[in-house]
Formats: sequence, structure tokens, C-alpha cells
Amino acid sequence: MSSRDVVLARVRRALADVPRGEGPYDPPVPRDYQRVHGSRTPEETLELLAENLADYRAVVHRCGPGELPALIGRLLAARGARTVVVPPGLDPRWLSAAGAAAVPDRAEGTARELDAVDSVVTGCALAIAETGTLVLDGGPDQGRRRITLVPDHHICVVRVPAQVVGSVPEALPRLAPERPLTWISGPSATSDIELDRVEGVHGPRTLEVVLLAEDGAG
Amino acid sequence: MSRSFLGMPAFPRASAATTRDTRLRANLTHATHTIRDKRAAAVAELDDWAQLRAAGAAIKDRTLRHLDHYLERLEESVTAAGGRVHWAADAAEANRIVTRLVRETGEREVVKVKSMATQETGLNEALAQAGIRAYETDLAELIVQLGDDLPSHILVPAIHRNRAEIRDIFRREMGKWGRPAPEGLSDSPAELAEAARRHLREKFLTAKVGISGANFMVADTGTLVVVESEGNGRMCLTLPETLISVVGIEKIVPSWQDLEVFLQLLPRSSTAERMNPYTTTWTGTTDGDGPRTFHLVLLDNGRTDTLADTVGRQALRCIRCSACLNVCPVYERAGGHAYGSPYPGPIGAILTPQLRGLAGPLEESLPYASSLCGACYEVCPVAIDIPEVLVHLRERVVQGGPVTRGGARVVLKPAKGHAAERAAMRAAAWAFDHPGALRGGMRLAARTRRLHPRRLPGPGRAWSDTRALPAVPAESFRDWWRRTRDGSGSGNGSTGGVT
Ligand code: SF4
Repeated sequence: MSSRDVVLARVRRALADVPRGEGPYDPPVPRDYQRVHGSRTPEETLELLAENLADYRAVVHRCGPGELPALIGRLLAARGARTVVVPPGLDPRWLSAAGAAAVPDRAEGTARELDAVDSVVTGCALAIAETGTLVLDGGPDQGRRRITLVPDHHICVVRVPAQVVGSVPEALPRLAPERPLTWISGPSATSDIELDRVEGVHGPRTLEVVLLAEDGAG
Repeated sequence: MSRSFLGMPAFPRASAATTRDTRLRANLTHATHTIRDKRAAAVAELDDWAQLRAAGAAIKDRTLRHLDHYLERLEESVTAAGGRVHWAADAAEANRIVTRLVRETGEREVVKVKSMATQETGLNEALAQAGIRAYETDLAELIVQLGDDLPSHILVPAIHRNRAEIRDIFRREMGKWGRPAPEGLSDSPAELAEAARRHLREKFLTAKVGISGANFMVADTGTLVVVESEGNGRMCLTLPETLISVVGIEKIVPSWQDLEVFLQLLPRSSTAERMNPYTTTWTGTTDGDGPRTFHLVLLDNGRTDTLADTVGRQALRCIRCSACLNVCPVYERAGGHAYGSPYPGPIGAILTPQLRGLAGPLEESLPYASSLCGACYEVCPVAIDIPEVLVHLRERVVQGGPVTRGGARVVLKPAKGHAAERAAMRAAAWAFDHPGALRGGMRLAARTRRLHPRRLPGPGRAWSDTRALPAVPAESFRDWWRRTRDGSGSGNGSTGGVT
């Protein structure tokens, strides 16, 4: 008997009290919790996102479509970034005013090479207002997971209002489980020393979020 | 190497030793009270907390009542996504599987992200015996590993260490494991975190094998979820070529949608945040992104035995948030080590005895490690009625009856002299309500141990007269602790732990 069979047989014996006719989806799950907490206008949702991002020490910027390249250029310069890693599908105009040299995200590049890069600029899949969370799904403007992990400075652009949802229950149906997802809520942090929160351990220690207004919103 | 929980003394003795350690108590009180208040605030932000909690409990119950179905479903979907699934009936088998998988890569070093399952199996010790070095990468786990210590809290395993102790450990030990601590390292948390960042970066950049646990596994999609703060999880889950995840079979949720409940319940209950800094989800392997090989080791190790108890099975709903520890007056006084397993606090008091089939004095004493005040139930995000299970297990200890051990039914003998046992139970409950008295009694026990090695004085006397209690050792807990620090620890182990 394989261990698989052993474990499954133990499970079945342990569940002898479950009526034979009961199917796996029969035990009821009450879903009377809220899809979103409170009612907000899109502007208020955006406001809440900005507030919650900042509350967990992300640096929030806002701009219109024409202003993005200049803003990214300024943020990279202020940081003193000489190199910036770029996902393959990032709109090339976004970096058109950047002084830092663009480093393409190559499959054969090593983590050590990435460690030498100063910054990374990406888009995202969506942002969740109630929790101040960015979700990356490895799309063309986000690249592989490692590029937003190893460099110490991450600039993430959120298209508003299209990419903003109110709550966690609103986020999950819009995400594809088969894609590797990274949920980011503020820069990396630890509370392991006397439960004192310290920002910045292994992930990027500086997270800058640009709320990019499209269609005249924001 | 790291310490082992094997052969820990029974709870009352271990806790008595801890309650004498005033620094440990001060560290614990400070930490648990801070997080308690923050958690209450984070929970109060959601006016549907009660509904989320009910949904969380119901989803876990649905899973547990049909665990065979969901396990097979999970295996199918993980396999379809490019993962390989292994089954481990017990700790030794899990360790054998992981050791073999690491050997097959030809590597001698692995990076680990906090995993309670591998702590439970003593994986690090097993790997060490096979000549493989496991580096813990969670900051608190690093502190525990460098300090040659045992974890004492689910979320913050080094909660018993204050900043000055941590600085001393870093200065003394980091150099032996890799990059030493910087000159003049102070005890500011920011500097300590920076030292850990530098020390571990070297390991992350070169590691070929990562070992993790998981907070959730989605049966329908084959997705695993790791919830963390520091980014060491992301490092271990994405940079290595091979990823091995060791996960208890109860960590399943049926559907993707179910995550909407747990990703609200867990961060607020655990770190008291709206959302933890990083959550990673992955489904098998992805071309060009992350590990090329993914192994999932499904661990039983007493979980099916726990499932067989219709009252006790609710312990398997636990999502390891640690909220119950932070509100527990007994945990606050006793400290995490007294519980003798990687699962301290109220959840440990009901989970450890069940995982081990009430098979020994520690396991029999753990259900008494509570004043039954009910605070743990109040804060539990999946509504585990811990007091109910405690009372149920006490009854088992006293009256005997069937339990399942390693899949086999055994019948525990009823303890002799029911009346005396009941008196002892009342005494134990009273003592935990009055920790000062407990400490006094235990100190007295220690002082008289040479004279009456098998009898407890005072209200515990009837208890010790009717049960074969292990001899009180002729050394204090602290002495025992030091004596057993010689690295001989094998079997059940320490270090690791999914948050
Ligand atoms: S028993 Fe409940 S409160 Fe305690 S760790 Fe588990 S889920 Fe959290």
C-alpha cells in the first residue's frame, strides 16, 4: 500500500460519521459577508487606496497621462538610480525621460546581476483600496517575479480608475489563479524584534506608487 | 544545530520554570499586549467580521468533512499544473522524501521560509544528518537558529528575545554561518534588520533549492499561497530552481473564491494589518518565472488521527494566526517553550495532544494548560471552540476511551480513582486561575523533589497519587535545558513555521 493510499484510507475511516449521501459541496458556507465595506464613489475609492498605501509607507504620487515620463524620470533621478530594470512589455514612452540606463529583464540573467540594478519600473494587474494592496500577475508590463523583488527600489504604476477595485472579494475574480501572483502592501517589513514594525528587510525597501489618471479621472 | 522539542517535560513543570524567568515574562507581556490591542483595532475596521468568521469556519468544515475528495482534487490540479505530489504518512517519511529530493539536485544547502510543518517533523535535523545545511530566512527563525534555541510563538518565534539579546546573538553567531554582523552593530531594530538583510542576501542569490510550507492550498486550481512580511518568502519561492513545499493535509480550501475570506481573516488576526506586506500564490510551475521544478509533500503526521475525533477535529481549522496565544493568560505567564511542541498557546494545548494521540505525560498535561477563560475562542478567526476541546481531552485523560494513533484505534485506560482525578482537575483549573499559587506549588515541588520524587505536594497530591507521573527530574527546567543543548536532538525538531 502506498502512503497515498494509507493517508486516504485513514481519512475515510476518520470520517465514518459523515453521512454517505453528503457531497463535498453540501456542507453549507454562509456568504453573507460584504463584497465591499461601505459605499464609495470612484473618487473616494481612489482616495482610500492612496491613504492605505501611504499608511503602510508606500510613497504615493499622482499624475495625468502626459506627465508620467517626466515623473518617472524625476523619481529615478532623486533616487540616484543609474540602472533600471524594465519588463518586456512596458510602454517605452514611460521611460523616455529617464536618465537611468534601462536593463531588459532577460530569462538567462542571474539574480546576482539583478542585485546590481538600482530600480525597477512596472505596471500592475490591479490595486485594492481597502487594504492598500498592489497585485502583480507577471503580465508583459510587470515581468518575472524576481525583478520586483531583488532591486531595492520599485516604482509601480496603477492605471486609475480602471485597475482599482474596492476590496479583496472584488479582486479575486479578476485574477487568474494559474498565473504566479505577488500581492504587495507597502515595502517589506518585519515585526520580529519585540513586535516593533521595521520597514525594509529583503524586498525593495522603497516602494513608490504612481496613480496614473486615464480618461481624465483622478 | 537547532534544538529539539523531543522529551520536553510535562507542561506544569516546564511552565513553572518559565514563570520564574522575569525577563522572558516582561518580553512576552510587552509583545502580546501590544499586538492584542492592534488586532482589536484591525478587526473593528470590518463590520462583517462575525460573518467572515462564520464563513471561514464553514469553509474549513466543508473541507475537513470531505478531505479525501479535496486531497485527490488538489493532487490532480497540482499535477496538471506541472507540480509533483508526494504523500507522507508521518514525520520520518516526510523527512526522507525531502532529503531524497534535495539529494537528487546534488545541492548541499537549502534556503527555508518559516514552515511549521517542517518544524513539526524536525526536517532541519534530518537534513543535517544527511549532510545538508538548511538556512532559516525568516528574521525570527534566523534569531532562533543562530541562538541555538527553540521557537516560542507561531508568528514571532523569537518573541522571548529582546533587542539586546538579538544583537548579542547576531554579533556572536552570524560569522559562523556566513556574512558576519557589521562592526558596532547596535540594538536598534532597524540596524538588526539591516544586518539580517545583508547576511541572508548572499544565500538567496546562490540558493538552488528552496523549502517552504504554505498557508493555503486551493483544491480546484492547485494554487499554493504563502503569506509573509519580510520578502524572504518571495526569495525562497521564486529564486531557486527547485521548490519543495511541505504542507499539512488540512491546509486545503476548496475554491479560489474561498481565499477572499481567509485573506481578510488572516492578516488582521495575525499581524493586525489590513494586509500583510507580501503574499505569493503559485500554481505548479510557470515557464521562465520561478522554480523549474515544484514538489508538494502532503503531510499527515497525526492529522487524520485528529480528524477521527468528532469533537477535536475542529482544531484542524486552525490557520496559525496566533491570536489565541496573544490573549492567553497562561501563555503569557508560561511562555511558548513550556508547550513542548512548535504549537504553543491554546492551539498547542489542543493540537499537540491530538497529533500525538495523548501518548505521554506532556500530551496528557497540555489540556490542563488553560484556565478555560474563553478568550482564545473569542479571538479565533475560524471560531475553534478551544475550551470545548480542552474539556473533551481532559475527560479522555481522566475517563479513558478511544483515541486514534497512527491510524489505529487504541483505547486509553481510565485513570484510577475518578474522584481524586476530578479534584485534581479542579485544582489545576484553580492554579491556572491563580498563577502565583501555581508558581509557589511548583517551586515547592522542585524543592521537595529529592524527598518525594513521585508526589506533588498540596492540591496536586491526589493527582500524583493516582497517576504514574514521570519523576520530577533532580534538576530544574533551566538546568535540563542547558544540559540538553549538546546538539544530540534528533527526531522532532525546531525551526521553521508558516505564518
Ligand atoms: S486556533 Fe484560532 S486563534 Fe489560535 S492560531 Fe489557530 S486560527 Fe489563530
